[in-house]
Formats: sequence, structure tokens, C-alpha cells
Amino acid sequence: MVENRPLLTLFSHIMLILGVAVIALPIWIMFVAASHPDIRMTQVPLPILPGGYFFENLDIALNRGLSGQSGQGVAHMMVNSLIMAMMIAVGKIAISLLSAFAIVYFRFPFRMFFFWMIFVTLMLPVEVRILPTYEVVANLGMLDTYWGLSIPLIASATATFMFRQVFLTIPDEMLEAARIDGAGPMRFFWDILIPMSRTNIAALFVILFIYGWNQYLWPLLITSEPQMYTVVMGIKQMLEAAEQAPEWNVIMMTALLAMLPPICVVIFMQSLFVKGLTETEK
Amino acid sequence: MARVVLEGLRKTYPNGFQAIHGVDVEIEEGEFLVLVGPSGCGKSTLLRMIAGLESITEGQLSIGDRVVNNLEPSERNIAMVFQNYALYPHMSVYKNMAYGLKIMGLPKAEIEERVRKAAAILELTDEQLTRKPRQLSGGQRQRVAMGRAIVREPSVFLFDEPLSNLDAKLRVQMRLEIKTLQANLGITSIYVTHDQVEAMTLGHRLMVLNAGNVEQLGTPIELYQRPASLFVAGFIGSPAMNFADARIDAAGKNITISGQAALPLGDGGMLEHGGRDVILGIRPEHLELVADAPDAVPMTVSVVEQLGADTLVHGHFGESKSNLTVRLDGIRHIKRGETLPIRVTPDHLHVFDPKTEKRL
Repeated sequence: MVENRPLLTLFSHIMLILGVAVIALPIWIMFVAASHPDIRMTQVPLPILPGGYFFENLDIALNRGLSGQSGQGVAHMMVNSLIMAMMIAVGKIAISLLSAFAIVYFRFPFRMFFFWMIFVTLMLPVEVRILPTYEVVANLGMLDTYWGLSIPLIASATATFMFRQVFLTIPDEMLEAARIDGAGPMRFFWDILIPMSRTNIAALFVILFIYGWNQYLWPLLITSEPQMYTVVMGIKQMLEAAEQAPEWNVIMMTALLAMLPPICVVIFMQSLFVKGLTETEK
Repeated sequence: MARVVLEGLRKTYPNGFQAIHGVDVEIEEGEFLVLVGPSGCGKSTLLRMIAGLESITEGQLSIGDRVVNNLEPSERNIAMVFQNYALYPHMSVYKNMAYGLKIMGLPKAEIEERVRKAAAILELTDEQLTRKPRQLSGGQRQRVAMGRAIVREPSVFLFDEPLSNLDAKLRVQMRLEIKTLQANLGITSIYVTHDQVEAMTLGHRLMVLNAGNVEQLGTPIELYQRPASLFVAGFIGSPAMNFADARIDAAGKNITISGQAALPLGDGGMLEHGGRDVILGIRPEHLELVADAPDAVPMTVSVVEQLGADTLVHGHFGESKSNLTVRLDGIRHIKRGETLPIRVTPDHLHVFDPKTEKRL
């Protein structure tokens, strides 16, 4: 629809700019705060333009940490977060692809029962089953390990359900053509199903990566060694730093750092992501 | 190349629905057999049973010298072309054609050679081989689907309504290509269609299926000239055969359509059926317009369709209710409501039993 009403255009642009401002302002403040020395952040009025200490703060945040604390930077926390988010995203996609494959393409006893059992876990997020899950992970000796961080979060039905829907849209003839070509079930899975759901996998990867990266409660519960802390936990702990005033410049720098990987994932997978959520033609 | 033998093939679904009620046929080497019938008659099911995509409940299926009842589709040495092409959308045309060969474990050089050969037969250019299926037109996709079948060098080709997704013009062109291709390669082919023109033009023999039963098996001309049942008579031929309730006189020499003039029966009449009520079938092309013939019957015209090469005249004989179509060649200027003297060529009458619907 093409409309030519200057007032409407003006109005919608003002609304758009306001919207952007509301979202961008906190990020701008975060960036500004991360580029000043710590003293400046305790004085009012707060600065509105960036200062010249960006790279110093970056160095402190990554390698040295807050002065009052153990003296560790967040670099290793970033690595922990990255490993955890990757394990959750990849693990979840792998398991869901396989279980959706089984449910859609194989006829076995209690197939629908298993499907519903998987489906029911949608109602049981980590927070609901947190105590028993902790018990299980602890008994398996997975406290303070990457496995302990990721495995309980891998098990969930959302992705299985989504892949089931994706597979159902793939015409049966595709399977029949593959059978005539002599492809066995796993070959069909690798050569045809996975490439055909490529965009959906990408979309899910983005969502799951961010989901994994932003985990707070579970890592807080199961890690006790600073070596295993994740960056989201790190930010929270910086705020509780001893008796001194919070070092906002370093905290904001850490927050900036924590935002980066999800942003990168979204930017690099954007085209696939959008296709995966909107594409219908198979 | 191989003979395909179906012996008492039956299919019953787990819910008790019987889709195929016993089919026996021997398909000779290099023969082109067309399975034809309306939708839901079981023709696709039968084809899929031959392909191995549906299990066989009863009976025996052999391809070549082997009984293949329990073999996987890929072990039956067949290739299949699907209605919606079923090309792998993420693979290039070349890879689509090479995929089956790769799984067979053929060396790269041979795969390349076979694909190039098939591409040449189907007139696919090198540039088209690198494209994805969605960048091709419907006709080209169908060629690729056929290419995928050819490269396997199978002993039997199976076609499942391969032309129904194409537009009318392309369908005629591809029909011709399939016929030429099959004649050149000489590979035994089984072709499913609901289109009787496709069936007539392509098949060496036709098998007409109705609700899982074989109505008739024969060459296109046999089916056209001597349809075994009312169903086959109505299905084969376009426009469809005219049917009218009629009565054979006591002597068995003449047949009368509800109170109209008696028509002489050819071949010395049907003495054994004298005095019977029957259904008379006459093809539209076997009715002619004749002036001043003593045995002409007046027909009242209701609709005229001009096709250029032919003119189709719809109407009815006198008081008779049953509709009648006459096919006249060339362009005729006939108006609605006119009365035309129509003569029936006696050698082309088809007489059916109204109860069993079989030919008399």
C-alpha cells in the first residue's frame, strides 16, 4: 500500500525514532560509562559523551577484574559462557533432530506416547524441577563441569516439536525417491532431511545460543569454583563487590562484552534466521 | 530390460480396506503398459506395490527372473518418476541425478559419464546441470526427474502421473518425448495416468482399473473398438461415448432407442438376445449427418461446440431424454433448436447388459 500523507509519515518517523531511542539509550549509557575512569562515574551529572579510557577498561575487565576481588578478569568467564551456550545449542539441535526424525519417519510401538512424553516436558522448565535436577547432576559428579552446566538445559521439547513440524512439511515423495535411490534411513537423514531443514536449524541455533548464553539461575546453582563461572553470573557478582563503591566503568564494560557474542550470532546468521522463520516453500 | 509378472496381486490395508482385488498380468520386455482409471481406482497403489513402496498383501511379483515381493525398492532394479518430481531441492540437477549412483558406490568417472549421457538424451545443457531444481521450469524439472530414472539404467521404469502437474501444451510435448524415449531405450515401462488420451497415445497395452478390479486389459485399439464393459466404454474415447436405453427386437435384427426408428444391428444381428432391454453405446464420431437417408433419425440440437477441426453437437433424439453428442468434422454452422438427420453407422454399435454392465 502506497500512501502519500506527509503528516502520517512524519508521525510514524517520530514514533520510530522514539522507539529506537528508548532501546538504544541504555546501551549508549553503558558504552559511555565503559569509557570513563571509575572516579568519573561516581560524580553527577553522569557523562553523556564517551571518554578516553575505553581500552584501559577493556583490559581491566578482561584480564584483571575488580580491584577488591580475586583479581581475575572475565575472559575465562566469556569462554565458559561460550562453551556452555554452544553445548546447549548444538546438543539440543542434535537430540531434537534425531528424536523428531524417529517420531515422524518410524512406526514403533508407543510412538505417540513417546511424542506426548516429550511434549509434556515443555511444562517442566528448569526452574520447576531445579531441586531434583540438581540432585541428579550432583550424584553424577557433574557439579562444576561443562556437562553439568549444559546437559540439564539440553533436555526440552521445544526444538523436537519444531523439527517435527518441519519434517511433516517435507513431502513423502522425497522419502520414496530416496528409498528408490537406495538411501537408508540415516543416509536420508544426513543427505536430505538435514540440508532441507538448514534454515530452521540456523534459526533455532540463534535462539538457543542466546537462551544458553543468558542462563543465570542454573549456572549460579551448580558452580562453586570461580573457574567455572559464566559471564552473566560475573556481572551480578561485581555489583556485590565488598564494601567499596561499585566500579561502574568495569561493570559496564563487562556488560558490553556479555552482549557481544549474541549480537554476533544474530548478525552473522540473520539472513538464514529470517528465512528459517518465514520460508514455507519446500 | 525385464519381464514383469504380476500374479494374483492383492492389497488390503490394516483397516480392512481392500485396494487391489487381484491383478494378473505379464508385461513383456520393452513393453509400455499404462494403468488407467479414475482417481481412487487403485492404479497408483498398484504401481507403488511394484515399486516396493507399498507392501504386497497377497500374490507374487517378479521382475526378470526374481521374485521381488520382499525386496527394498532400491534392490528391485527399478526407477520411478513422481507426479511432483520429488527432486531434492538442495542439490543441483547434476547431484540429483548422481545421488542414486553415488549410493550404489559407482566410481566418479562412471557417474559423470552416465549423467552426461542422460543429460544429452534429455537435452539438458551443462549450465542447467549446475542449477537447483527450483530455478527450472516444470517441464525441465520433469526432464530431470526422468534423467534421474535413466541414469540408474533400470530394467523397469515406473511413471506415476508424471505429466499432471504440467500445463496442457507442455503435457502434449512431454508425452511425445516420453514415448520417443521409451521406444529408443526399449525399457519396460509401467505408466499410471487418469488421462485417457495419455493412456491411448503412450501405451502398447492399457489396463483399465475400477475400484481395485481390472476392467479390461488390451491394446488401445481393442479397448476403443470392443470395450468389455460400460465403464471402459465410457472411460476410453473423448468426447465420451453416448449411452441410451434401447431394446432389441424379437428377431434380434434391429435395435430401437425408446420409441425411435429401429437401427439395424450389424453382423447379422444378435439372435440370442432378441427381445431384451439393453444399453446402447455409440461413439460421437460414429454418428453422421446425412440428408435424405431413409434410416436417419431426427436429432434436436441443444448446444454446439466449435473446436475448429471438429464440431461437437449436443442434443437428443426426438422425445428421448438421454443426451447425445455427435462429432462432425470441420466447421459446421448449426444453430440451437435445429433438427438434424443423424445416421448411425451400424458396425459401430456397442451393446451392454444393463444389469452386469458387461458387453453383449
